[in-house]
Order: sequence, then structure tokens, then C-alpha cells
Amino acid sequence: MASITQFNPSSPKRDLIIMVVFAVAVLTAPIWLAPVGASYPDLLQRFAIFGIFALGFNILFGLTGYLSFGHAAFLGVGSYAAVWIFKLLTMNVVLAIIFGVLVAAIFAVVVGFICLRRSGIYFAILTLAFAQMFYNLAYSVLTPITNGETALTLALDDPRAIDAMFGVDHGAGLPAPSLFGLELTGFTAFYFCAVVLIIAFWVSLKIFRSPFGLKLLAIKSNQNRMLYTGFNPKPYLLVAFVISGMYAGLAGSLMVITDPLAGAERMQWTASGEVVLMTILGGAGTLIGPLLGAGIIKYFENIFSALHHAQLAESFGFLPNALVEPVVSVVSLFVGEGWHLTLGILFMLVVIFLPGGLMEGIRRLSAYVRAKRAGDGEETVAGGATQPSE
Amino acid sequence: MDTILLQLLNGLDKGGAYALIALGLTLVFGTLGVVNFAHGALFMLGAFVAVSVNALFTISKRVKDESVTFFDAYKEQPYLEIWFGDTGTALIQWSVPIAILVAIPVMLVIGLAMERGLIRFFYKRPHAEQILVTFGLAIVIGEIIKATYGANPIPVHAPPPVAGAAPIGALFGGNEALVYPWWRLIYLAGSLGIIAAVFSFLQFTTYGMVVRAGMADRETVGLLGINIEKRFTIVFGIAAVVAGVAGTMYTPILPPDYNLGMNFLVLSFVVVVVGGMGSLPGAVLAGFLLGVVQSFASIGAVKEIVPGIDQIIIYLIAVGILLARPRGLLGRKGVMET
Amino acid sequence: MNDIVLDVSDVNKTFGGLQALSNINLKINKGKTHAVIGPNGAGKSTLLNVCVGRLEPDTGSVMFDGTNLTGRTPHEINQLGVARVFQTPEIFLDLTLLQNVEIAALARRDGSFSFNPFKAMAAEKELTREAEHMLGEVGLGKLTEEHTGNLSRGDKRRLEMAMCLIQHPKLLLLDEPTAGMSRHDTNRTIDLLKRIKEQGMTKVIIEHDMHVVFSLADWITVLAQGTIIAEGTPDEIRGNPKVKEAYLGGAEV
Repeated sequence: MASITQFNPSSPKRDLIIMVVFAVAVLTAPIWLAPVGASYPDLLQRFAIFGIFALGFNILFGLTGYLSFGHAAFLGVGSYAAVWIFKLLTMNVVLAIIFGVLVAAIFAVVVGFICLRRSGIYFAILTLAFAQMFYNLAYSVLTPITNGETALTLALDDPRAIDAMFGVDHGAGLPAPSLFGLELTGFTAFYFCAVVLIIAFWVSLKIFRSPFGLKLLAIKSNQNRMLYTGFNPKPYLLVAFVISGMYAGLAGSLMVITDPLAGAERMQWTASGEVVLMTILGGAGTLIGPLLGAGIIKYFENIFSALHHAQLAESFGFLPNALVEPVVSVVSLFVGEGWHLTLGILFMLVVIFLPGGLMEGIRRLSAYVRAKRAGDGEETVAGGATQPSE
Repeated sequence: MDTILLQLLNGLDKGGAYALIALGLTLVFGTLGVVNFAHGALFMLGAFVAVSVNALFTISKRVKDESVTFFDAYKEQPYLEIWFGDTGTALIQWSVPIAILVAIPVMLVIGLAMERGLIRFFYKRPHAEQILVTFGLAIVIGEIIKATYGANPIPVHAPPPVAGAAPIGALFGGNEALVYPWWRLIYLAGSLGIIAAVFSFLQFTTYGMVVRAGMADRETVGLLGINIEKRFTIVFGIAAVVAGVAGTMYTPILPPDYNLGMNFLVLSFVVVVVGGMGSLPGAVLAGFLLGVVQSFASIGAVKEIVPGIDQIIIYLIAVGILLARPRGLLGRKGVMET
Repeated sequence: MNDIVLDVSDVNKTFGGLQALSNINLKINKGKTHAVIGPNGAGKSTLLNVCVGRLEPDTGSVMFDGTNLTGRTPHEINQLGVARVFQTPEIFLDLTLLQNVEIAALARRDGSFSFNPFKAMAAEKELTREAEHMLGEVGLGKLTEEHTGNLSRGDKRRLEMAMCLIQHPKLLLLDEPTAGMSRHDTNRTIDLLKRIKEQGMTKVIIEHDMHVVFSLADWITVLAQGTIIAEGTPDEIRGNPKVKEAYLGGAEV
């Protein structure tokens, strides 16, 4: 039994508690993340945005088992769409987000319709191919829309028609995104993203508890039985694909609220791979897992990629002098520019040893502890396997 | 007319690379049942064998530059030149052909190590996990190359006698001015040679016959008491050599960087889908076909009509094939249908 | 008033030169239990596959309750009221028994597609009660919260039957429902099927076990090498020499 395919119908009361705890945890993140040095708005926003991205990816991969390798494309599309709204119409983020999500949805309908004609490996390859195609196009023919390598940015002479109509004055410099006059910078921006994350999580929770979610899990479990039970799996898969594409578009448009700039590198396969990693690291198919994975990866990326040689030499100063240099040069392979190497190794380790992700690890650990406590000398399997094979 | 000939040759060149990678992918998939996302990384590693051999040959010593007389100037002179004179210079110039010879054992070892060290533990695991772990491996290999050689493409040159252009116009009795790089012609011949070698190996050796039988029906062959696992390990090694040597040969055409593998991998997957998953002739046919199509799509006149068509033509074809004939051009029914 | 539920007429099916079904004609009356028997490779499963849309016949047609089934997908055919129990149990592993049956009930209630992400499964009280009742009916009432991976083969098949029955199909197709079951389990299954019969459900059973066939069937069709060699009531079939021959000295017949 590789991945977790379980449906938890839960109860309205329990879900309410989950929602309240989650909302409190997210909104107080600046406080409880302070001790680990992660309480500045820029990083907190990244947690929220990638959390949304991973939540959406999980609705597809976690529930249906269809592995998409091209989800970053929808994120990129959402970013471009949102920046265009900023440029042409208004700096008010509401419209930008709606448009970003909508455009991502349209792309997801088209891509999903085609890719979902196949499953398994074919599906993974096809989504990857589509993402590469969008990436190539963004750098070539579509440069009038994407601005190619220089990335799409705001300019002083952008029309911003709606703002102009209502006489919104953005001052002399480049305008900042706002929510009905409230300028979204610093912690304000984080709290905005946090609220969006809470809503996104609520939707995801609802889907997980719904008959729709149960049917998606059933498709993952046995598509053949689904057919003979009278279900047409295709529209279910397409809807799941489009929802997860919309989450990606939402994440993409939130990204440009933090920093009004959209570049094609956001759509590269490495970016698609990253969201896959986040999801499986935390635990695909679990509610919280993907958020956990996104948080951990973004946190360590932040720390690791900022480290450089001198800092390392300092932190390894306790070693004998002759050792410092070799140790530092080995370690520096994995930090700074080498962060992606760490990521790749992490990716492999998770897949090899913990395909169920951290949530699976936690489950096993707690099962182990319980078994320890319960039975002295009793032969309880520590694997926490709930489904012994026949 | 000349443009068409040139683009045909260009397309066949590119198609050769696609075909060789797709061939290996198909072999590994057909025998081991594993989809190897790190297969492109093998192509890239092969290219970096050439870079490494070249770097090794040109390890230099700082010597005084005698040609500068009015102040003390220094230049780098490769040890090979210092030790062996002209022979050393020739070795450096011929580093790509030498690298091909080096690449064969090196890639074989890398391939076997990869299969024994990682892939074999994934035979019985879900396809999604196979994809994920090899994807992780591809990242790791790419990043190691980046850490070693930097992020920029590194050019390696073809040996001087074939570094120039071949007067193909004159050879075929056409336009005298029509020329084409010698190395690209050699590369094309080389890819065809490798493809022929792989097919004859599968067709005419008993070893190859067992492998083919195993691809068709693994269980039955296993029941005959033949140790399939061991043979399939070697198949993985062969696939690694094929991809690697293709990469080595490709260096004078395209200076490699650490991203080379993934760029080619995605296209090669598309090739496999178009050719028909599990079909070796399909992989080769689709490889050349798509290479040529892509090449023709990048002709200026074509691009004027449909801008950007060269960037997406391959994907469009893949989508079209998928809608019209989901099995691919030469795919067998029942392969990877789930 | 048409009493014929399933009408298979002139169906032919070949697989690469091999005639799997030739000129099959079958009429199945409402409320009857119809058994299809025959030696291995006689085409029984092919016939069933044609009926559920897994295979398309080369020629001929399959009419169900006045609707032509040829060219329809399996989920459409199910929605018309045909449910199937497979030879090797096809269930949703990892999900609980209750959820397995609930999914089947959802298919009957919501049709082949419905998008209701904001409804909670926990609020589907009626559905759950019905599913629990059905599991009790097939003798799995104590295992509702178990995961199906833990079940024995016989229990899996009973679960699959519960999944089919909760859909209240007009026609139930059973492909060797007792294969691999112990004698005790087989008898329980026979009792279950008899009870269903009282509710007036039409059934087609493919079966090797003659004990099962003769306890349940109203009418028997004997297939051999893709053709119907005999038809009749259990008593007629019992005494038919052709049938004995087809089973190569099947003395028990």
C-alpha cells in the first residue's frame, strides 16, 4: 500500500475545530514563527502562496492519483494575467486575482481535456510537455504578452483605465497593489494572503469531506469498478484538474501582489517538480501534509540559499583548523547556489524511504509509541500498517 | 531547394538525438517496466564526458610567453603539448572522438550503478514513485554537473579535419556554394550506426532474442528458467551507453550545459508517445520524423505564416496523434493502457 | 407490456479469426434467473462483456429493456439498470466497506456525474443507513468500518454484490459468483440470491458449480465453442446428451 487513500467523513463539529485551529495558527504565524527567524512578511507570504499551490496540487494528485508535471504553467499563467490587469485596468487586487484564477481555469480546461485522455505515465509526460510548450512560447512568440526574458513588469505609463476613471492617484513612483485603497505591503500583504489561504484550505477541506471527494478517491482506487458502478470518471478528473489549476492560478496571482513581476522561469519544469515535492514531502492525500511540505521547503530554501562561504567558515569555526576548509567546501555544495542539489537529494530520500510523506511518518511514529506503551513484549507491528495484505 | 536539403539534414541530426534517447527509454521501459526520467541526464552526462576529456587534456602549466619580449608575459600551455609536442596537440584536437571511446565504458558503469543502486528497488513500486525518484535523480545529476562545470554551456570542438564544412552541393552535383558541417554529417552517420547496432544486437544474438521475448512477455520467459533480471540490468547499461554516446557526439553541435538533459528528455518522451510506447522501431521513426518536422517548421518562410510554430510543432503533433491514435504510430495494443 | 428484459439477437464476435460468439440469440424474461453454463473457453465471459459494453459485438444487437446497448459505454449501461459482479472481485481497496457501498448508492442517486463539493458525506444519513442495511443483508453488517483490503475473497464478492444490489438494478449479471468459495459460503450466497429472486430481480449467472446452477436457475443456456448447443429448464438440461458430451463426460450433470 504505497499512498494514503483513505476517506475520512469526519463530523461538522470536528471540521469546525480544525478550521478554527488552522485559522488561528495561520493568523498568529508571525508570533510563533519568530523563534525560528521566519516571521518576516516576505517569507510568511511565500509560505501562504506555496501552501495554496500545494493544496491545489493535492486535490488532483492526492485524491485522484494523477501525477501532473506541468502545474507550474498554471501558476505562471495566473501571474501574467494578474500583472496585465494591474497594467491595463486597476491596481486593486480583487480583479487581478479573479482574472488570474479565471485564465488559469481556461488553460486547465484545455490542457486537462487533452491530457486526461490518457492516464499514468502518459498523463505525467503530457502535462510536462504542455508546460514546456508554454514555457517555450513565453520566451519566443508570446514576448509581446510575456515580455520574454526581461519579465513582465509595471510601467509608469501603463493606462490603468479603471483607476484613471475613478481618479485614483498613485503618486509619482510605480504604484503598489491595493485592496480598495488599502496598500498591500509588508504585514498587510501577508494577512491578505493568509486570509486567502484560510479560504483555500476551507474549500479543500470541504472537497475532502464531500461525496465528490469520495468519488475522486474511488477513481484512484479502482477506475474500472467506477465505470461499472455507473460513473463517468472523465468529468470528475477534469473538474479536479481544473480546480487544482485554479489554485495554481490563485497562487500565481498572489505572487504578483507581493511583487508585481511575472517571468517565464516560474513555469519551468523545476517549478512543477517543486510543488510535487512539497506535496509528497508532507504527504499526498492528506489535508495538512502539502502545507507542511510547502512550509518546510520554503523555510529551508530561505536559510540554505542565503548561506555562503564566509558564514559557513564561521559556523564551523569550532573544528580544528585543518578540517574547517574541507568541511566548508563540502557543505557549501549543498547551500547557496547548491540548494537545488539538496532539494533533489531530499526528493529522492522522501520517495525511497517515506513515500507517504511526513504525515505518514508521524502516523507511524505515533503508532509505534502507542504500541510501545500498550504491549510489553507483545508483537505489534510498528509499521502502523492498517491494511495488512491478504 | 537548398534550404530544404539543409533543413532536412538539420532535422535528421536533431532527430538522431531524439531517436537515440527515445530508443533507450523504450528499451528500459519495455524490459524493466520503469519510466526513467533520468534518461536525459545520461545524454547530458555523455556530453560532459567530452567536456571532461577535453578539460583533462588541456590541464596546463603557466609558462613564460617567449613571443612577448618587452615584458614578462605568461601563458597557459597544456602538459600534453609540453610532454609530447605535436602528438599532444593532436590528442587535444581529437578529444571528442577519444571521448566517445571513453564514454562507452564510463556510461556502462554509470548505467549499471544506477540500475543496481537505485532503479532495481523500484520495479515493484507504483509508476508514480518511479517517475518521482528518477526525476529527483535527474535534478541531482544536473546539479552536480552545475557545481562542477558551472551553469554556462561549454563548447568542445570537432577535430580540425572535420571541423569545417563539407561541400555537399558539389558532392551531389548541385549548387557549389552549398556547404554543411562535416561533423554533423558524421554525427548523423554515427546515430544511424548505433541504431543499426542496437537492432542487430536484438535481432541476431541469442541474448537479444531473450531480451525481445522478455519485452513481449516477461512472465513466460521468466518461467523458462532464464535469468531475466540479470539480462535486463545489462539492457539498462546498453541504454545508458546509447544515450551517453549520443550526448558525447552531440557536443560539437551544441555546447552542453547542465539543463541539456531535461530539454532533450521532454522531447524524447513526446517522441516515445508519438512512436508508440514500447515500440523500438516506433521510437526511431518518430524521432527522425519529429526532428525533421521541427526543422522545417523553423524555416523563415514557415514562421512568417505561423509565428512560433517551431517551438510548439512537436507538441501539437503529439496532441494530434494522441487524439487520433492514442497508441502512437507503431504502438502495440495493451502497452501502458492503464 | 414487454416481459423480455434482455434480448440478445444474432450476436457474432471474433478475436483475430477465432469465433468467440456465433449467432447467439438469447431472450431473458423479467424476474427470471437465467444461467449460462459451458466448458472453459465456451464464450460465456465474452457474452457477458458484450452485455455490459466492455466489448462491442461485430454484428447483431443487444437490447435491454427496449434500449440498444451496442456502442454504449459501461457507465451508461449501468445507469440504464445493469449491474455486474466480476469473476475476480472489483472493489475499492483502501476504502471502508460502508464507503464502497455508499459510492454505489451515490451512482444510483446522482447519475454518472454530479459536482457537489460543498455537501458533506457525513450529512448523507439516509444513504449511510441504506448502505448499512444492505451490508447487513449480505452478511457483512459487522464489518462496515473495516478496510476492504482485510477481507477474504468470499467477503469481497459479497461486498461487490451489496454494491450491485443497492443500485436496485433491473438486471444483475454474475460472473461465477461462488468461484473459490467454501461450501458454507457458497450456500450462503445461494440463499442470498434466492432472496433477491423473491424481490423480482432479473439475473444472469455464469457458473461452473452445477449445485449453484440447479438451485437457482429457471432457465439454462449451454454454450460450447461460441454457439448455443442447448437450452431449457434445469430438468431438460440435466437429461440432455449433447450437454454431457460437451462437458466431456461431466457425469455430475
